[in-house]
Amino acid sequence: MNEGFFGIHGAALTLRSERMGVIASNIANAATPGYKARDIDFNAALDARMAALRGEPGDPRAGMVWRTPTMPSLDGNTVELSREQVAFAENAMAYSATLSFVQGRVNSITRALKGE
Amino acid sequence: MPEQTPMTLFSMTTRAMSAQMVRMNAATSNLANAGSVSSTEAGAYRPIRAVFAVELDRASGLAGVTTTGLVRSETAATKRYDPGHPLADTDGNVFEAPVDETAEMVEIMESARQYQNLVQALQTAKQLMLETLRSQ
Repeated sequence: MNEGFFGIHGAALTLRSERMGVIASNIANAATPGYKARDIDFNAALDARMAALRGEPGDPRAGMVWRTPTMPSLDGNTVELSREQVAFAENAMAYSATLSFVQGRVNSITRALKGE
Repeated sequence: MPEQTPMTLFSMTTRAMSAQMVRMNAATSNLANAGSVSSTEAGAYRPIRAVFAVELDRASGLAGVTTTGLVRSETAATKRYDPGHPLADTDGNVFEAPVDETAEMVEIMESARQYQNLVQALQTAKQLMLETLRSQ
């Protein structure tokens, strides 16, 4: 139902929201010793979601990747704040874009229902 | 796990901000006690540091921060010969707190920057959530 209504954008919006949580977790753990920064490979994760929507079996955690640090730190933490900030900003922009696609879809359906 | 409800972006950021606050308070206490003297080596103030640990919430996949405790540093107190000091022991020595002011200042600055980052991320996330809610 979700796929038919919003196409790929419904799954993309949920995924963007999840990625926002993952990057926020990295930012929160910038000073935790031994913390390994994570990220979501958007392409792989979206493919897995779409496959799941079509009813094909797949790994729900597909696309989860560890971040490779530019320079390893002594306490084992792999968070680099600058990279996290850029990733967060990029993800927020993409979320906005996907949201406007979803809004457009809803608007056109509403207009069709009202018969304007 | 103390928290029973699933972790949200908001509760995660709140906990991370509290952890940063504990860290900043510890560094500030160290700065406040810099230069304090004692008549015994054991009685001298020793700097404290907050210890952070990851708190993974499997339901939502979010990773928060929690402060597991404060540790006292093992640095030996600085012995200074000052027989005129009212706290001097029988040999005329006083023991100073081994606080590195520069390191504490850097700790406070780093903590403040990370706190700022958290606030910024939370603001962006909140704005996006509101936009999603307001769209009809």
